[in-house]
Amino acid sequence: MSEAAATRQQRKVRQAIGEGPATRFVLLTIALAFLGLMLVAPLLVVFVEAFGRGLGVYFQALALPDTMAALQLTLLVAAIAVPANLVFGVAAAWLIAKFDFKGKSFLLTLIDLPFAVSPVVSGLIFVLLFGANSALGPWLEDNNIKILYAVPGIVIATIFITFPFIARELIPLMEQQGSSEEEAAVSLGASGWRTFFQVTLPNVKWGLLYGVLLCNARAMGEFGAVSVVSGHIRGVTNTLPLHIEILYNDNKAAAAFAVASLLAMLALVTLAVKTLLEARFAGEIAAQRRH
Amino acid sequence: MTATAPDGARSFRWRRRSVLPGFGLSLGYTIVYLSLIVLIPLAGLGIRSASLGWDQFWAIAFDRRVLLALQLSFGSALIAAIINTVFGVLVAWVLVRYRFPGRRWLDAAVDLPFALPTAVAGIALATLYAPNGPFGALLDDWFGLRVGFTSFGVVMALIFVGLPFVVRTVQPVLEEIDRETEEVAATLGARRWRTVTRVIFPALLPAILTGFALSFARGVGEYGSVIFIASNLPFQSEIAPLLIVIKLEENNYAGATAIATIMLVIAFVMLFVINLLQAWSRKWFGHE
Amino acid sequence: MQVRAVNISKRYVGIAALDDVSLTVQPGELVALLGPSGSGKTTLLRTIAGLEHPDSGTVYFNDRDLSDSRIQDRGVGFVFQHYALFKHMRVMDNIAFGLRARSKDKPKESEIKRRVLELLDLVQLSGLERRFPAQLSGGQRQRVALARALAIEPSVLLLDEPFGALDARVRKDLRRWLREIHDRTGHTTLFVTHDQEEALELADRVVVMNKGKIEQSATPDEIYDTPATPFVFSFIGESSVIPVQVGNGRATLDERLLDLDIGNLPDGPAQLYLRPEDVVMVTDGGPGIPGLVVSTRRIGGMRRVTIECGLARHRIEFDAPAEIPINNSQRLTIRVIGGRVYGAGAEGYETEKLAASATSDFKWAKAEGWLDR
Repeated sequence: MSEAAATRQQRKVRQAIGEGPATRFVLLTIALAFLGLMLVAPLLVVFVEAFGRGLGVYFQALALPDTMAALQLTLLVAAIAVPANLVFGVAAAWLIAKFDFKGKSFLLTLIDLPFAVSPVVSGLIFVLLFGANSALGPWLEDNNIKILYAVPGIVIATIFITFPFIARELIPLMEQQGSSEEEAAVSLGASGWRTFFQVTLPNVKWGLLYGVLLCNARAMGEFGAVSVVSGHIRGVTNTLPLHIEILYNDNKAAAAFAVASLLAMLALVTLAVKTLLEARFAGEIAAQRRH
Repeated sequence: MTATAPDGARSFRWRRRSVLPGFGLSLGYTIVYLSLIVLIPLAGLGIRSASLGWDQFWAIAFDRRVLLALQLSFGSALIAAIINTVFGVLVAWVLVRYRFPGRRWLDAAVDLPFALPTAVAGIALATLYAPNGPFGALLDDWFGLRVGFTSFGVVMALIFVGLPFVVRTVQPVLEEIDRETEEVAATLGARRWRTVTRVIFPALLPAILTGFALSFARGVGEYGSVIFIASNLPFQSEIAPLLIVIKLEENNYAGATAIATIMLVIAFVMLFVINLLQAWSRKWFGHE
Repeated sequence: MQVRAVNISKRYVGIAALDDVSLTVQPGELVALLGPSGSGKTTLLRTIAGLEHPDSGTVYFNDRDLSDSRIQDRGVGFVFQHYALFKHMRVMDNIAFGLRARSKDKPKESEIKRRVLELLDLVQLSGLERRFPAQLSGGQRQRVALARALAIEPSVLLLDEPFGALDARVRKDLRRWLREIHDRTGHTTLFVTHDQEEALELADRVVVMNKGKIEQSATPDEIYDTPATPFVFSFIGESSVIPVQVGNGRATLDERLLDLDIGNLPDGPAQLYLRPEDVVMVTDGGPGIPGLVVSTRRIGGMRRVTIECGLARHRIEFDAPAEIPINNSQRLTIRVIGGRVYGAGAEGYETEKLAASATSDFKWAKAEGWLDR
């Protein structure tokens, strides 16, 4: 066969199992354009608007007392919600990935619930539960416990919105790993905790880290549910996302974008870590497939 | 909840016994946590809603303003989900099948709407599509299309928040499809288009539908990114979640509860449909 | 340590994995559990280890009832089919895991190190203690898994398809080597396999299982020479099956008398099971069964011939010397010099069933994610 004929033959084979170069180019261009317009452009706008009027204005906006208060509250909320959901996520993943029992799929549906429920509805259910005209309301008031329009309410709403993230990250990972390493550990005499900390945890640590980061990003960024339960009290119950809304509606767009850029950077760090972890994972998977 | 006792589980037949420890502890903890965070608050909404009575419930639900808000939420979520399905499958295809510089970073960017707070996305989109914003002005000049502060804007915001769902459900399935099945189709004489539509697409269908349903469900409930780009005028560009907030601010708990109940029931139906789709996919194609 | 499993039953969603199975393994014995997939052999092994809980029945080590003992306290060395090495630990930490996990009389770290090096020497992996499992070949991983199981000085050693995932050459080497290790350490050892050659070559005693029951438990010679059931006959080695008639203490094929011991089978239809060496070609014109050659193929120094004989054209395979030319459609005469007759109704091992269970095995392996590793 001549070289030209061989090349022709090769091209024919490639076309049968893939697309031609022209089709590839068109598909790739459409995908890039779509992602560029829909995802990258909004992200760029945040930073352009935030830094557009110079670094001085940027840091001035961040240094406002209300902004600092919002930042502190956001950090506090995340510091409570993320560890709580970490313990839950690990317990739920262990339960679902390692055991067979009736009602498992119902439990999974329950864990998925916050993904499907509107954040506003999530906030509302806590308003109805703790509000003045609820069953609990008068009792809370008598005992001088403030949940709604105060920090505890924000924390609870945030926990509700973010509790699936760590569990959802761990469950498929632990299911895919199977149980034979754990079985080997207990057959060698290891206790349950030893098996968990020395065998299970090292195998899922990177997935767990990403779950924690994503949970944290969502906890710091939650808007709808927190908006409903917070009562928008400036300097007291304003988290960063609520603060962004107030600044934006007050026509302080530059300040709003300055604050927004903080959360956008958090999102970017989260995604960067995920990408790096996946690169690492891929290496490990390749090592496993070598034999 | 008797099963929280570690050895109490022994007499039960509803689970396979396992040598791994911690069943009682993890089950007990999970159930208590879910009860406190999810079940009890949801039951509260249910009780509140039931105490409204049918007449009051229907009066609120069939109020014109409520109907229009629900219509806007569902309609724009539907349009956004359709657009996301088309482009999401395309993006997943490009990410899985093609190799190009920066692919890994583009792949990471798909998750941006998961990680970026909705309020940040909201003000960014509002600025982009405002009549004097970079995209808003262009669209107005070229097509006479007003996006910002109209119901187009609502759709735009919902496309943003729903995009990752389709890509992330289709992508792993596409990765799992054996290249050999395509090669077989080619050796059997199928042209590329036929291979794609008859061999690959049917295998992807459950994942595509799941992604569509997730994207749709997310869009119906979305609040943060929409309120900045929509003008939020009653009867025109007011989404259902916003109406709940407005009713709450008016101390109209009955109104808020009724709308929330409708949305919650629909969320449950969506979850149920998604679970069915996934069970179907597992059964016929052996993947999740 | 003597291992006794008594009246073990276990069901999975309505299917009996083990149906009232009893088995005794004598101290120091090397026993193979042999059977097709789905026969319950792995379930039995895991039940003895304590990884599965039987629905009924009891496992004893010597005379200790293990029903209420935790797996941690049983002291079984279990080697998993896919090794289940701790991926994130070096070889030495894998082997030392069981020693470090001891709650009482845990050895000193220097003692642990000494033991690990000793075991590495035993499994011929000296020098690899700082490697990670991913940096080892399949055979090396298998040996690390064995060293890890031996480190806890187990009372019994249980191996689940120990060579299943290795290629043919490595399997053969490891087989010989496992036998040597067993002879040196003297552990009571039980291993699961679906490979009859492996079971016959390696074990002191072979336990053949089918559909959750034990078909036969005997020495390799007895298993091959006097299979107790048609299943054992057809699962071990090559076999042809032809229906025969039993009457007056004799077996007949198409009214020709066969010179076979039929034990005390009742009169009526029966099945004759033949190995290739149970049939010879008649070349001296003597009496025999005429047949028509349908295919021949060369196997090593012999020629494997398939002929059709009798009115119902039953197929029989036998070996003929390679130097005799035999062609398709040639007529020739054979004589049955061996074989076993079983009563009608007993079932042999059918290859169709193998195909079906192989698919389900494949799906199962896929579900477990094992095919990807």
